[in-house]
Amino acid sequence: MADRNEPLHLIKSRRDSALNALVSGVPYMSWLGIQFDRRGDELTAILPFDDKLIGNPRLPAIHGGVTAAFMEVTAIIELSWAAMWEDLESGRIAPDAAVPDSLPRLPKTIDFTVDYLRSGLPRDAYARARVVRSGRRYASVQVETWQDNRSRLMAQATGHFLMPQP
Amino acid sequence: MTQDPDTTDADHARIAQQFIEAIPHARALQMRVDEIGAGRAVISMPWAEHLVGDPRTGVIHGGVVSALMDTCCGAAVMAHPTKPRSTATIDLRIDYMRAAKPGQRITARAECYHMTRSVAFLRAVAVDDDGDNPVASATGAFTAER
Repeated sequence: MADRNEPLHLIKSRRDSALNALVSGVPYMSWLGIQFDRRGDELTAILPFDDKLIGNPRLPAIHGGVTAAFMEVTAIIELSWAAMWEDLESGRIAPDAAVPDSLPRLPKTIDFTVDYLRSGLPRDAYARARVVRSGRRYASVQVETWQDNRSRLMAQATGHFLMPQP
Repeated sequence: MTQDPDTTDADHARIAQQFIEAIPHARALQMRVDEIGAGRAVISMPWAEHLVGDPRTGVIHGGVVSALMDTCCGAAVMAHPTKPRSTATIDLRIDYMRAAKPGQRITARAECYHMTRSVAFLRAVAVDDDGDNPVASATGAFTAER
């Protein structure tokens, strides 16, 4: 259990730098412009709108593949984040973006199914993932993505992942 | 993508490539239409550093494969002989069988295996240079707007 009297700024910087290390290590996430907002251990992925994300120029609408990629990224980061949380809080690990070997290995996608509910508007999109079950070897994750209204989903997805083996 | 009986295969390929070029995300991923027609499409794209999902191995992110599969399925719907006006993805499931080899082109082949008045059913596979050993496969349902 973490120290109750640990200074708040140390707690925040430890969590933020670990999250940053996890996210900044993946070129494709930077290319899409994906960021993460953290509240305690809760993560919200943000996909700022950009012209290169358009799949239907007439509407215009975000590319379905981008929506899928955004949700898959969100699932992988949430899964890694949840898996490393205990080790991070206890101080057993300290992921550092500058030290590639300190980064946890990422889960591998086995399958990913996306349910498209509304076309993606030319606006920012948000996503949250929930780890439904995470065993030693396999994990199942659900993801929801939306734009202006949290209750009006743009898409939902479910995926299975192979966890990195120690 | 329109299909006029008077147009040749070369015309089809040119029209299909223009269709892809008009999609900003397909252009951003440098997709190329290799074959198109009769509810089938073959679209490929090159490996690139900025698309890497695992920096330890240089393997391209699964999301990139999703974007390629989705585009290829959409193109196959548009190339169906019943000539839908437009299409959108209803659902798409991707199975990732193995990592694509870094540096190699990825090619997706999609086939519209059933079409109703309003829904198209699709199957697709993605391969790298080792064409006998798929990287991923996909199944999906797409809208067919008339």
